[in-house]
Amino acid sequence: MANKIRVATTSLAGCFGCHMSFLDIDERMLQLAEAVEFGRSPINDIEHCTDCDIGLIEGGVCNSENVHVLREFRKNCKILVAVGACAINGGVPALRNYIPLEECLSEAYLDGIGVENPQIPSDPELPLLLDKVRPIHEVVKIDYFLPGCPPSADVFWKFLTDLIDGREPSLPYELVHYD
Amino acid sequence: MKQFIQDLAETNRYQATNLLRILREVQARFHYIPEEAIEQIAGLLNISRTQIISVVDFYSFFHSTPRGQYELLISDSITDHMLGKQSIIDYLSDKLNVAVGEVREDGVVSLDNTSCTGMCDQGPAGLVNGYALTRLDRPRIDQITDLINQQKPLDQWPAELFLVEDNIRRPTLLLDQPIQPGAALKALFERGGSETLAEITQSGLRGRGGAGYHTAWKWHLCYEGPEEDAFCDIDAQKQQQRYIVCNADEGEPGTFKDRVLLNSYAHQVFEGMTLCAGIIGAQQGFLYLRGEYLHLCDKLQSVLEERRQAGLLGNNILKEGLNFDIEICLGAGAYICGEESALIESLEGKMGIPRNRPPYPVTQGYLGKPTVVNNVETFMAAASIAINGGDWFASVGTEKSKGTKILSICGDCSRPGIYEYPFGTSIQTVLNDCGASDVLGIQIGGPSGTFISNHEFDRKLAFEDLATGGSFIVFNKSRNILDIVNNFTHFFAHESCGFCTPCRVGTALLKKQLDKIIGGHGSAGDVVVLEELCQLVKSYSHCGLGQTAANPILTTLERYPDLYQSRLKEISYEPGFDLDGALETARRMANRNDAGAHLAQIEANEHE
Ligand SMILES: Cc1cc2nc3c(=O)[nH]c(=O)nc-3n(C[C@H](O)[C@H](O)[C@H](O)COP(=O)(O)O)c2cc1C
Ligand code: SF4
Ligand code: SF4
Repeated sequence: MANKIRVATTSLAGCFGCHMSFLDIDERMLQLAEAVEFGRSPINDIEHCTDCDIGLIEGGVCNSENVHVLREFRKNCKILVAVGACAINGGVPALRNYIPLEECLSEAYLDGIGVENPQIPSDPELPLLLDKVRPIHEVVKIDYFLPGCPPSADVFWKFLTDLIDGREPSLPYELVHYD
Repeated sequence: MKQFIQDLAETNRYQATNLLRILREVQARFHYIPEEAIEQIAGLLNISRTQIISVVDFYSFFHSTPRGQYELLISDSITDHMLGKQSIIDYLSDKLNVAVGEVREDGVVSLDNTSCTGMCDQGPAGLVNGYALTRLDRPRIDQITDLINQQKPLDQWPAELFLVEDNIRRPTLLLDQPIQPGAALKALFERGGSETLAEITQSGLRGRGGAGYHTAWKWHLCYEGPEEDAFCDIDAQKQQQRYIVCNADEGEPGTFKDRVLLNSYAHQVFEGMTLCAGIIGAQQGFLYLRGEYLHLCDKLQSVLEERRQAGLLGNNILKEGLNFDIEICLGAGAYICGEESALIESLEGKMGIPRNRPPYPVTQGYLGKPTVVNNVETFMAAASIAINGGDWFASVGTEKSKGTKILSICGDCSRPGIYEYPFGTSIQTVLNDCGASDVLGIQIGGPSGTFISNHEFDRKLAFEDLATGGSFIVFNKSRNILDIVNNFTHFFAHESCGFCTPCRVGTALLKKQLDKIIGGHGSAGDVVVLEELCQLVKSYSHCGLGQTAANPILTTLERYPDLYQSRLKEISYEPGFDLDGALETARRMANRNDAGAHLAQIEANEHE
């Protein structure tokens, strides 16, 4: 096939659980690979996102680097997808939103138990933390949302095959029903 | 405190249904609900601690941390804003040396906002320890500041600070001919119960609280009670406990007619309730009075006492064998308690969370018993109808809306106040009477109603066209529609009871999305997203609050789409918050200011 659909993925403030769940499509990965090739992704260690059709984002936005990566994806992907609770709502990392950032940093680097040589890391190479962890749709425009923590392998499969086959993606109730 | 609460529980007969009453007293005495009090009340009423905590958290007028000895609340209604609320609260905050939302360090005074207090024709308004303050201006604030700093007890404050005017401007059918106390009951006993109900059917009277359900049907359904009772014998049905509730929660911003009716026509309202009791066979009635109308409470109690003395209430009313009495229950600052099933929950001493309906209150209401809930004005009209007959009432109005509607008119007009109109009256007529000129539009039925533009003034007041519970707010051309919509949207987000996700989360998202657009951070798709959110909140919410919370946006978006679009930037997306500002704390703590320590709000190639 000449023109394969290009997919890129990344994890921002997430736990990689969503990526693991994606890999759970197991042998269907081979089938997928016939229609799809991967751009930037932790699966292949390509470092920058260049022209792609679909970008899958796991995790919310917790620091300035996340913002840059997210913008790079937005610029280069035709369709950008929020994958999982963290990307959609901030999820587990956003639990820190209830604690002022000042207190978080002090606890971790200055006066927490067992802290030696207390100091706030300060290096231009290090990204700075945002005061709150944000869902990704608050920073760039998002086209689709895949709910779940993580979304199941079947959700990934259904969503991607719909897109690949040129259908408007839709997830049946059984796939997004959690209780 | 121990003894105080012990006594309080005893006067309230250790009944859990009286929890709100008890908590109101504790709040008034200690300026908050202390943890020890909660423990003690839980023991005395034999309910769980967490149940009490949930009630304390639910109602705006209860606090789990101390407020000032003088708790000042300023009404945040759009009408108060139009009368200069913001400069008043800023001035107050400055004079009293306390920030909005805070308690002053010496604990003497606290200051905060509160939802509409129903003084829209005489604002800016507020409450001090629950008592209404009207027409606030700088001289009054200077006076109040002195009184507070001298720690003068409220009963020594000058009465004019608490003066609440009726402002009845156009009395007709009902307001012009108040009944003589007892006359409607005499008519009932002469004519008979089912014959009187037939007159009410004939009158076509529909509920005045907003939904417009036929009053006679409601009373009849309550008389019948639950289906299973239909099969028991007549005597057993007569024994059935039934309740009558008068809904005086009047929380819809811009509505204040029930306040005036209760101030000046209380006999007639109570008589309407007693009439209903006589027809359907109820022994107990409640007036659920919004907490903001605390100033009316003593007066209403004495009207009840007068009626007992005159044999119009209590045992063997007018010696006709009817036993019925009325109790007043005060709310504690929750708009949702105007919804009839939430109101009943509140009467039972619980959080005001709307029940699933059906079953409706007419079959399973207060304590699970058949209950009639009607608006103040509905009961008042019923009393007049019992005397003057159904035809008298039905001769006025339109085909589907009989009689008159009492409006509370406020906003940009020279004569705000109470107006009574036959249904079918055009909006233009109303505007001429109240002295409104240069009108931009009108909010009819409050935030949950409709915004109409100045091309629609030939429309009519009627259930068939523009229905309203009484709220009628006039805006002139100096007003900004988006400010109005913003105020209303924040109101709903604040008043959502939190029970169901579409409304709890949805109203917060609506508020955020609207703030984003109004703040000038909106981009191409943001109005579409706003509209989709509106539809979601409207279609999936559990009760009327959520189902109408998007109306301010939807009704104005329909009429002024360009207004929203013009706020959008011509870029595909911009974050709704200050990105670089979000790095400020980390930047300061890491002591950095290099290029990598900053973020642009919009990407370099995304310029307008
Ligand atoms: C959020 C909400 C608030 C309401 N507030 C009031 C109110 O303040 N007063 C009122 O009479 N009805 C209010 N209602 C309507 C009541 O649920 C109920 O329909 C009404 O009290 C019935 O009386 P009626 O038939 O005499 O109008 C409200 C409804 C909703 C959904
Ligand atoms: S959504 Fe769940 S699985 Fe996915 S990144 Fe977040 S925590 Fe991990
Ligand atoms: S719609 Fe809103 S007010 Fe009504 S039950 Fe749901 S959360 Fe409560």
